Amino acid sequence: MLFADAFAWLFSPDAAGIPVRIVQHLAYTLIALGVSSAIAIPIGYWIGHTGRGRDIAVGLSGAARALPSLGLITILALLVSTRQAILAGAYSGLQSIDRRTIDAARAQGMTEWQILRQVEIPLGLPLLVGGLRNAALQVVATATLAAYITLGGLGGPILAAIPNRRFDIMLGTSLVLILLAIALDAVFALLERVAVPKGVALQRRGARPQRLRPRPTRSGTAVGSPTT
Amino acid sequence: MNWIVNNTGLIVELTLLHLRLSILPIVLGFLIAIPLGWLAWRYRLTKGILLTVVSVLYTVPSLALLILLPGIVGYPLISNTNLTVALTIYAVALMTRSAADGFAAVDQDVRQSATALGYSGLGRFFAVEFPLAGPVLLAGLRVVAVSTVSLITVGVLVGIQSLGYLFTNGLQRFIFAEILTGIVMVVLIALVLDRLLVLIGRVLMPWTRTGTRAARRVQLTVPAAG
Repeated sequence: MLFADAFAWLFSPDAAGIPVRIVQHLAYTLIALGVSSAIAIPIGYWIGHTGRGRDIAVGLSGAARALPSLGLITILALLVSTRQAILAGAYSGLQSIDRRTIDAARAQGMTEWQILRQVEIPLGLPLLVGGLRNAALQVVATATLAAYITLGGLGGPILAAIPNRRFDIMLGTSLVLILLAIALDAVFALLERVAVPKGVALQRRGARPQRLRPRPTRSGTAVGSPTT
Repeated sequence: MNWIVNNTGLIVELTLLHLRLSILPIVLGFLIAIPLGWLAWRYRLTKGILLTVVSVLYTVPSLALLILLPGIVGYPLISNTNLTVALTIYAVALMTRSAADGFAAVDQDVRQSATALGYSGLGRFFAVEFPLAGPVLLAGLRVVAVSTVSLITVGVLVGIQSLGYLFTNGLQRFIFAEILTGIVMVVLIALVLDRLLVLIGRVLMPWTRTGTRAARRVQLTVPAAG
């Protein structure tokens, strides 16, 4: 009856620290997201707008994924792992825009800055939020591991309970952590919907709703043209 | 530097152990995700259900999953089975979406041509759809491989040995070289597996040899591991 024990612990006075830990965990997550965004979004937009450095960004994303989050337990670790997801979101958001739309904006006499601010950023916003969503998931998980050093957040009680074999504490805290992750993901899923610009949303009404996350294009298939 | 020289045996042993632990979840994840991905692509109902389930599974933090699974299934917390099952779940969660995207990327005209030539059911799947979805499947599998190798280190927190031991031990004893060695070896294993998958892809899908950059680009859009 592991689960019954876990719930019994969760609702006992021993678990009084859990709400504070939830707030701590959320605070870590938001700080890491904020700092990574400040670094990654401008870079992602620069790559997406100019098309320069694309291969480096793609290559780095693979390499960053291989970095073991446990080995990089510092605040820096949170930044390294999330930055890539946000950068990919910012970059692929701009990349997904129909080139004709941007050409049309340029033909209207918009400056590069205006194109970025008034065309590319709004149209790429859903994908950027998607990137933030991935990053948030990653930070929530990594912040748990970071407790190995700081003992803060929801990872603290779990790691402290492992040597003592207190399954009720481990499982109870894990359940809270899982709920927190799912709730955070749901909030970002909602934001992803809200982020669709009004004009695009209107256009889609009536038509079949399109997926927000990018699908592989025909160039990704074997029958597509080999030119990239 | 001294630490590395004095502990070569330990590093090699843990690296091999780590590699051995990585293979099974990657292979199992791929095999389970292919039929699931096909179902997710084929029917609207299963698509909604499957993609929701895998995205929720992917949301579960790794340490929590390692503790939750023994609670549900009943096997011991400190066991390779626990780690293998948990990482297979993440692999399936990542790969199902890739597989669904892969099957969706097969040109409908090609599918109809195959039907017109007399292919049906499983024959069409293995002769036409599966190979043509190949590049996208490979891109997905590469992400799965790299994230699995990196996630295995988390197991050490509940007591399952891997290169992750170098992190916890190094942190406790403040040996920076040990932590760095762990990071470098994990990245190295990931790179080797990744190159190996690319190589297998080239051998099995000779028609993609000119277009590998396109397949690589798909990688950027798949969710990152946590």
